[in-house]
Amino acid sequence: MKLFEVAHSRAGDKGNTLMLSLIPYDEANYEMLCATVTAARVKEHLQAIVKGTVTRYELPNISSLLFVCSNALSGGVTTSLAMDTHGKSISFALLEMEI
Amino acid sequence: MKHKDFLRIGCGAGFSGDRMDPAIVLAEKGDLDYLVLECLAERTIALAQKRRILDETKGYDPLLERRITSLLPHLVKNKTRLITNMGAANPVEAARKIAAIARALNIAIKVAAITGDDVLEIVLLNAASMNDLENNLPLSTYNIVSANAYIGADMIVEALRQNADVIVTGRVADPSLFLAPMIYEFGWDKNDFDLLGKGTVTGHLLECAGQVTGGYFADGVKKKVEGLDQLGHPYADMYANGAAVISKVEGTGGVVNLMTVKEQLLYEVMNPQEYVTPDVIADFTTVCLQEIAENKVQISGGGGKVMPACYKASVGYKAFYTGEGEISYAGAGAYERAQIAAGIIQKRLSPAFKELRTDFIGVQSLHNTTFSHPSSAYEVRLRVAAKASSAEEAALVGEEVEALYTNGPAGGGGARKYINEVIGIVSVLIGRETIVPMVKIFES
Repeated sequence: MKLFEVAHSRAGDKGNTLMLSLIPYDEANYEMLCATVTAARVKEHLQAIVKGTVTRYELPNISSLLFVCSNALSGGVTTSLAMDTHGKSISFALLEMEI
Repeated sequence: MKHKDFLRIGCGAGFSGDRMDPAIVLAEKGDLDYLVLECLAERTIALAQKRRILDETKGYDPLLERRITSLLPHLVKNKTRLITNMGAANPVEAARKIAAIARALNIAIKVAAITGDDVLEIVLLNAASMNDLENNLPLSTYNIVSANAYIGADMIVEALRQNADVIVTGRVADPSLFLAPMIYEFGWDKNDFDLLGKGTVTGHLLECAGQVTGGYFADGVKKKVEGLDQLGHPYADMYANGAAVISKVEGTGGVVNLMTVKEQLLYEVMNPQEYVTPDVIADFTTVCLQEIAENKVQISGGGGKVMPACYKASVGYKAFYTGEGEISYAGAGAYERAQIAAGIIQKRLSPAFKELRTDFIGVQSLHNTTFSHPSSAYEVRLRVAAKASSAEEAALVGEEVEALYTNGPAGGGGARKYINEVIGIVSVLIGRETIVPMVKIFES
């Protein structure tokens, strides 16, 4: 099963840093996501995109995770040659992960 | 004040190119105390600075006249005050322009310009001794065109005290545009960081306008949203204890629910325990959300610790030019032909361009991978992009791609070429004492 089946995500950017939220449709799946979608797994899954570190923040109050990925946007929105300079589409790359 | 026990603040624009009509709907039907228009991205101000250099009466948001002309009659009729960063690189001229528009409409208002964010002179004077945060290089390394500090809510609060109806700023931290009316109307102490943090949470939720009401959200499969063509922009009912309810005008498109609010709460957040604005370092991890009715989400919790020691400034610099070219292939072997074309371009341009990339649009132009998806698109568009030191050099990229029409593989169609001058942005920290924000009032 892909993450897409159980969770949604939004991408944000600050300079060369990419942030990806991961939010279960059913809050009961939050613990499962915490156990399954570790920072290390996200780093491996997004290896074609994220060249730096992945830090995971847990937000149990809103049953959500946030992944902050450094060196992930070819230098950042202002000076990147990439098609998607902001990395706005990368939330859907995260949701491709098999769980 | 229209409302006694709460304050209603709407956000009618979340970036400089945002739609015009959602703000008009909010101003006309939202029963707002305040309307905020957030129109300033990181680079917008550097581009505005270029326009100001060409004409000193310009340098504010190019859509200011259209937005203000369409909004002012509704704002005045409904006693709604407007706060906007459409001043960009020239808040004073923006305020003059707004006063002139009001005069032409026979409307008597007070317009306040907030200045002090422009730190170009300070940065240029100290360029050798100040290092950027991204690369730790002295600012003198860069060909600087603009420098603007993110200032806080203080001077907007002062302008409200002086009874300004419209407040126009340059660079102000986005949530601060919303926090200012809360501080003013509720009499929040500027050292009550818990309240400032709570207000910042709501400001952050509102600042991207349609992104909390179903924009940048819908996927048509799992997250279906109706009426995106008439997407309503949000407002918050803000209470003096820092709690809020996010909603939108009835009858507009879009949706406000737990999912849209969660996505926006975490949007562009570097560290949810420490969300830094000039007013407060806010904590988002203690926020609680509850859907209390259709399109109404209640925000409680959240807080803050301290005021950050420094301002952050964005420094715009002339980086380079980009040259781009695109051409499409379709049918049998489309991807193979696009790859042949890319190989030709690489051979002909790589020696001259240090940084050149080719992307196959429709195959894997966005993520450098397709994960488990097979790539069998009927059509593929080759995109070539390179950095260049001049516009002339950049032009070579599009010219080479266009030349594939007659010199490249079969069936190449729809070639397009682009040249852009790129303004880069780096950040720097600036001591609070070096910046003196000010209010200047204009009357129509």
